Amino acid sequence: MRFIRTFQTALHALGRNVMRAILTTLGIVIGIAAVIAMVAIGNGSADAIQKTIASLGANSLLILPGSTSSGGVSSGVGTSMKLTPEDCDAVLRDCPDVLYAAPVVRVRTQVIYGNRNTVPPYEYGTTPEFLNVRDWTDMEAGSCFTDQDVRNSSKVCIIGMTTARTLFDDASPVGQEIRLRNAMFKVVGVLSSKGANMWGTDQDDVIIAPWTSIKANVSGSSAQVANQSAAAAATSGAVNTLTQLYPTTGFNLFDAPTADQLADTPLQVRFVNIDQIYVSAASPEDIAPAMREVDALLRERHKITADDEEDFDVRDMTEMVKKFTSASDTMGTLLFAVACISLVVGGVGIMNIMLVSVTERTREIGLRMAVGARASDILWQFLTEAVLLCMAGGILGIILGYIASKSVTAFFGWATRISVASAIVAFLVSAVVGAVFGFYPAWKASRLDPIDALRYE
Amino acid sequence: MSGREFNSMHKQGNGVPSPAQPITHSPPDPAASSVPMDLITLNDIYKTYHVGEIDVPVLKGVSLRVGRGEMVALMGASGSGKSTLMNILGCLDRPTSGEYWLDGQECSRLTNDERAMVRNHKIGFVFQSFNLLPRTSALHQVMMPLTYTGHNLTRAEGRERAIQMLQRVGLGDRMDHEPSQLSGGQQQRVAIARALVNRPPLLFADEPTGNLDSHTSEDVLKMFQQINAEEGITIILVTHDSNVANHAKRTIRIRDGLIESGAFGVEIPPPPLPIPIAAAANGAPLIAAPIPQAPWGKVLHASDVDDEPAGVR
Repeated sequence: MRFIRTFQTALHALGRNVMRAILTTLGIVIGIAAVIAMVAIGNGSADAIQKTIASLGANSLLILPGSTSSGGVSSGVGTSMKLTPEDCDAVLRDCPDVLYAAPVVRVRTQVIYGNRNTVPPYEYGTTPEFLNVRDWTDMEAGSCFTDQDVRNSSKVCIIGMTTARTLFDDASPVGQEIRLRNAMFKVVGVLSSKGANMWGTDQDDVIIAPWTSIKANVSGSSAQVANQSAAAAATSGAVNTLTQLYPTTGFNLFDAPTADQLADTPLQVRFVNIDQIYVSAASPEDIAPAMREVDALLRERHKITADDEEDFDVRDMTEMVKKFTSASDTMGTLLFAVACISLVVGGVGIMNIMLVSVTERTREIGLRMAVGARASDILWQFLTEAVLLCMAGGILGIILGYIASKSVTAFFGWATRISVASAIVAFLVSAVVGAVFGFYPAWKASRLDPIDALRYE
Repeated sequence: MSGREFNSMHKQGNGVPSPAQPITHSPPDPAASSVPMDLITLNDIYKTYHVGEIDVPVLKGVSLRVGRGEMVALMGASGSGKSTLMNILGCLDRPTSGEYWLDGQECSRLTNDERAMVRNHKIGFVFQSFNLLPRTSALHQVMMPLTYTGHNLTRAEGRERAIQMLQRVGLGDRMDHEPSQLSGGQQQRVAIARALVNRPPLLFADEPTGNLDSHTSEDVLKMFQQINAEEGITIILVTHDSNVANHAKRTIRIRDGLIESGAFGVEIPPPPLPIPIAAAANGAPLIAAPIPQAPWGKVLHASDVDDEPAGVR
């Protein structure tokens, strides 16, 4: 009852000077609006970064071959071609925290259809599992090639939306054949659109085929081998060429080995090297254990002792994620701090005007005391006024902040996300600001002596 | 008097005229020791202000009595201690020593909050400068004191009562007017309605005509006389104007902190209770019953104020 009366009195006192009340609370309105808008922008940009990262493949790891060095001169990452599809199979089989693993062979070559041609930035030879790793299983048309196609080195491929548009315009690419170097690949599917990645490269400009057929028909060696001598020295293609030039069949210098001999001296298998292995952990928490497992397994497989340097490199995409999100978090915190400062400024404005108001209304306070208001009644009245003012400012600020963030989205195209939590916190903060900055003026009012206050001119 | 004594006094008083002495050491004078019958009894009031190291005595042993239903003028030149005495009588200030009995309650040593409650329930104030709230309708001005009343009075009831009071002072058609839209006399009448809304037994008017022209002054003073006569409210007019003082039945003159004359009146009028209201027979007044007055000797307590007197609508 008393509270309601105090509330009515405070409301009535504010109503006596609406313009001043509005101007007083403007600081709070702007402060809260700034908080809401800043948090919305911060959230929006964090979301955008998350989305971009997720499009790279959630929880993914990248295994790259290490570098060779000759006489202390390093040739750079990828020059040591020691990753094999068997490594990939082993990773998938023996690392419990790995959910998917896909070998990748990269080439960069012209793709031709009819009188059109393009060179997509991403030309992958891989397995269907690659799409799981990249979280890209949605197909716009057709379907992905199969593991069977990988085993058979089938000359089939799937292409991205941009590549499809470049080569086929609006016609359906599925069933058509495109040419990579001298091999015809049949398009069996079109991937759904994924947009640009963090670096702005169009991820939809892509062609994906079984790694075996890319290896056999397109890539002479690895596309990543920039070093001419390494390219000349390495890889199966060169061997195949030599085999063709100098056929070894039909001329046996030695007797055919017996079964025992074969068992005792297994044929030295020429590994078919791959460029990268894409690995996906089951969940973000599994990334670190998966990295350790992969590291241990590959060291064992590559017969690297604990003292030696690895000939491979395991990279964690989440490192990148963390960098980007921490950048956006820092921005968000900065924006929030600036907004909080404006709230404090608004609070000081409230305090200033409330102090003026107390001085101006000294006679009113004296009168109220004369007709029986206790000191606590006066304290509560002025405190309620300040808190009401701030809460009204808070509500206005939330509305204004909402409009502001919507306008930012509309005019600048920035992604924003208004969080309900920030609105609630902003409202509570505004009430607290009112209570904190309204207390001193209210206390001052309540300490007035009724006799002096009544005589105050 | 401490709060504890205040409480124990309440237990003693308990709504019946109590012969019990609230003060443990009994003074020899029986009239002073028992709970006084008059509305106001001052016994040997001193008030000394401390200005730095110097003590400035303002009231030097003031004793006076004002009976129920009296209309008294308090006169004195400026610097005579008139304002200080009024502040003490109005429970705005505490005396340095002495007893102040108001409506059967010792008020000289109450805490600030207790005095606020006494002011709210027992005293109405009318000021020279009206002291109306700016930009507030007459109705809200009058309802304002009810905000601080412990009554379980709903807003509608409070509003009803405020309307009655405004009609009583002849402003029934100006309830929505703000002070800037009212003449001086009208403003002072709003102030009178505000002073009466809690139905106090005592009304203080501090130079009520100081800011009014002579014609309006006469109207306002007539209204005081009318309220005094019809409702039995004790009125104390504080003034330095003998014309104003002439409207009262008795004049207390104060000079240099001492009562010069009129402290106890020629004879103490024995006012019968309830005071018959002549006008009630005509059906004219809107307050149809006498102003509720606690039985003599009753000490005001928060629980008492909810007692709505019978017959008051």
